[in-house]
Amino acid sequence: MTAGGIGSPVKRREDRRFLLGKGQYTDDIQLPDQTHAYLLRSHHASARIASIDLTAARQAPGVVAILTGEDVAADQLGGLPAGWLIKNKDGSNMVEPPHPALAIGKVRHVGDPVVMVVAETRTQAREAAQLVEIDYEPLQGVAHLPQAVASGAPQVWDEAPGNVCYDWHIGDPTATDAAFARAKHVVKIDLTNNRLIPNPMEPRSAIGHYEDASEHYTLYTTSQNPHLIRLLLGAFTLKVPEHKIRVFAPDVGGGFGSKIYHYAEELLVLWASRRIGRPVKWTSDRNEAFMSDAHGRDHVSHAELALDERGRFLGLRVDTLANMGAYLSTFAPCIPTYLYATLLSGPYAIPAIYVEVKAIFTHTVPVDAYRGAGRPEAAYLLERLVDKAARQLGIDRVEIRRENFIKPEQFPYQTPVALQYDTGNYHATLDLALKSIDYPGYAARKKASASRGKLRGFGISTYIEACGLAPSAVAGVLGARAGLYEAATVRVNPTGNVVVFTGSHSHGQGHETTFAQLVVERLGVPIESVEVVHGDTDRIPFGMGTYGSRSASVGGSAVFKAMEKIIDKGKKIAAHMLEAKLADIEFSDGSFRVAGTDRAKAFGEIAFAAYVPHNYPLETLEPGLEETAFYDPGNFTFPGGCHLVEVEVDPDTGLVAVVDVAIADDVGVIINPMIVDGQAHGGLAQGIGQALWEECLYDDDGQLLTGSYMNYCMPRAADLPMFKVGNHATPCTHNPLGVKGVGEVGAIGVPPAVINAVLDALEPLGVKHIDMPATPEKVWRAIREARP
Amino acid sequence: MITVKVNKRSHTVEVEPRTLLVELLRDQLRLTGTHVGCDTSQCGACVVHVNGKSVKSCTMLAVEADGADITTIEGVAEGGKMHPMQAAFQEHHGLQCGFCTPGMVMSAIDLVRRNASPSETEVRHWLEGNICRCTGYHNIVKAVLSAAETIRGGSR
Repeated sequence: MTAGGIGSPVKRREDRRFLLGKGQYTDDIQLPDQTHAYLLRSHHASARIASIDLTAARQAPGVVAILTGEDVAADQLGGLPAGWLIKNKDGSNMVEPPHPALAIGKVRHVGDPVVMVVAETRTQAREAAQLVEIDYEPLQGVAHLPQAVASGAPQVWDEAPGNVCYDWHIGDPTATDAAFARAKHVVKIDLTNNRLIPNPMEPRSAIGHYEDASEHYTLYTTSQNPHLIRLLLGAFTLKVPEHKIRVFAPDVGGGFGSKIYHYAEELLVLWASRRIGRPVKWTSDRNEAFMSDAHGRDHVSHAELALDERGRFLGLRVDTLANMGAYLSTFAPCIPTYLYATLLSGPYAIPAIYVEVKAIFTHTVPVDAYRGAGRPEAAYLLERLVDKAARQLGIDRVEIRRENFIKPEQFPYQTPVALQYDTGNYHATLDLALKSIDYPGYAARKKASASRGKLRGFGISTYIEACGLAPSAVAGVLGARAGLYEAATVRVNPTGNVVVFTGSHSHGQGHETTFAQLVVERLGVPIESVEVVHGDTDRIPFGMGTYGSRSASVGGSAVFKAMEKIIDKGKKIAAHMLEAKLADIEFSDGSFRVAGTDRAKAFGEIAFAAYVPHNYPLETLEPGLEETAFYDPGNFTFPGGCHLVEVEVDPDTGLVAVVDVAIADDVGVIINPMIVDGQAHGGLAQGIGQALWEECLYDDDGQLLTGSYMNYCMPRAADLPMFKVGNHATPCTHNPLGVKGVGEVGAIGVPPAVINAVLDALEPLGVKHIDMPATPEKVWRAIREARP
Repeated sequence: MITVKVNKRSHTVEVEPRTLLVELLRDQLRLTGTHVGCDTSQCGACVVHVNGKSVKSCTMLAVEADGADITTIEGVAEGGKMHPMQAAFQEHHGLQCGFCTPGMVMSAIDLVRRNASPSETEVRHWLEGNICRCTGYHNIVKAVLSAAETIRGGSR
């Protein structure tokens, strides 16, 4: 291990500016002559816009412009596109309704933007917006999946009968039917996966700045993938040449998926800036975030597992309804399909699987990827089902998993649902987690809890996920409308220091540290001589951004590939300078040497020679030392592991306390163990939040009931214990770093472990089922209802 | 017109009666280290010290701060040297995206001023009013406990 290289717990280099209060988030930026936008949003779930009267609002102090959907249409701005096309079972395309930046004619969810007011100050814009008179004719709305698919349900879109966006399937129905026909046992379960609101702590913000003289647009935005936003602005929404657009995502205060997508506000501030000739800033309030940031999850599923007499899995059948909300967000269609259904084999060898997924429109905020994105839904379904099977068949819940795991020698393992896992060792992570939590001591702990009047429960979840999106050719066949590689430039300056320009975006992940560690490891320069630049389309060649735990495996591999090119060129320079054969030049520990001799040139000397080419093979080699690489992964990566949770339930109040969490993950090679543990911690908090407290609630008509932190319960410090985090790496076989990804493991693995623990605690009381979130009220009711 | 001392510097500024302290700090004094993460005074990203005590600057009108001595995250380090609380957050990886961090640090400094030896439980309960979405609090709690120990040791 090189000091400060791969495997070192290097302290984060980005921390200093954040700790000193010198971070620069989008809302911190004030441009000269800047105006402020406020978006007037629908408070109806579904309504016809009969008229909009702007007379009074136009007279309000400070108003610069007021814009509506009619103006958007008149200026021929494009609608927000969906980035993935899913085909129906019959081969036809999914329904893709229009998604204008400001609503025209109808509003379709609470929070649907209708009017944009631009004024000198934020307060003036808000006050003027209160004077806008919109005459709505309210229509019946529908928010929940069972109602939305019932006959006679209100229709969100005329072109989507029955509110069906797509009706899709994967797997082999015939083989699955045959498996069920010969099964000794069939275990069935009905589950909901609760709708969540991502809630990064920094609300979204965007500043549009159009410069008339150069016809250039600059967008400052809270984005996880600035290049993707530039591409969509150029090609679909703003419809101006991409080279005229700069998208800059400076420090971004968390994303968790919700800042992947191209949002209306990004288009609107650029367009408004062009119209008024001044910069326009919009910053979301938190309550606005609840009704305009894309939500996550929201599935209703029925699943059946077929088992033989010994408890071996024979087949799995799943039928899922997935809520899309009112419009298709950028990645929405691929979440309940290629990031959910394809994961339903989990870590198990299941010979036959058949999954049907219907995506459904409702009068709610669009649903898209949120930390885990499809994979938490898959893990939750499978792990609840496996626990139920263990209980029904009277098999130990640890043993039923161990018996059905894909064995280490079975890799690469082809599942019946399209994916091929390259590597893993689920037995190892299971054993590691059991040891970490002291499983043999559980019975004593349960007794101790009982003596305090608490019901203790033990919950297990063994999961798999797919990260490192994605092989572009495969994604293309599956309906992706973009490539899913990553780009990086490595620039070696004449004085030997290195700047990495990466298309991955860091908004908490610590790339400024971990990507620098890759350079330390490979080029042998000290970390102080490395700078990592991200987030700016004018400085970075291209990029697909950060989501799906792809930064290290795809972005890091691109950096690695660019460094290989640097080394290749350095060897040529060294061969010339050392008057040796190219084939004899070796590079290690920051120096180029002639194999088997002590003749060598330091990395810095080669860098200097590249820029001061006095003794240089100019006839065959260009000066300079800067290389760009695009890395397109050969496969997904497959982190997995085991999450164990112990809870104590207070039978009088229904309050669930998480008293112990021990996890063991296989995230592949670890670049920075401190950061990897931190990623796991954060995911665990969000996963436990989903299991116990967090839920976005709508009433039956589509009115949002959880619109602030007053009624959407975020995990707090006092709600959580210290986490025991362990790792067992089986390196990824197809990327040069061997990394798999860690950003989402906590949010994926832990929710079923928590609920399985709650059900284990409540089993003596006769409680057989509970849905997330297991709030005190829900647990209390379950206890009361189960009592004879 | 109000006069406030912020990070040892005196400012006499005109504010509207409805201007919040956080708006004065961010928009008028351009001290953008103090953040706004919600509109219901729950997230704690805007915590500053007013006359030595932690206050959510979104719950206080600027006019209420007339004559007050205010410290924001920008005023905590001295002579380029981080406060032990800041140093502990870096040492223990107590921050990821950095957005809640200023409020967390300001709140935690006030805790340790009031209670030099907080237990893990006391730290967790004190931070009830500060929401972090990235860290799961694990490393924040470690950082606060460690900083308390450093401060007790008299390094500051």
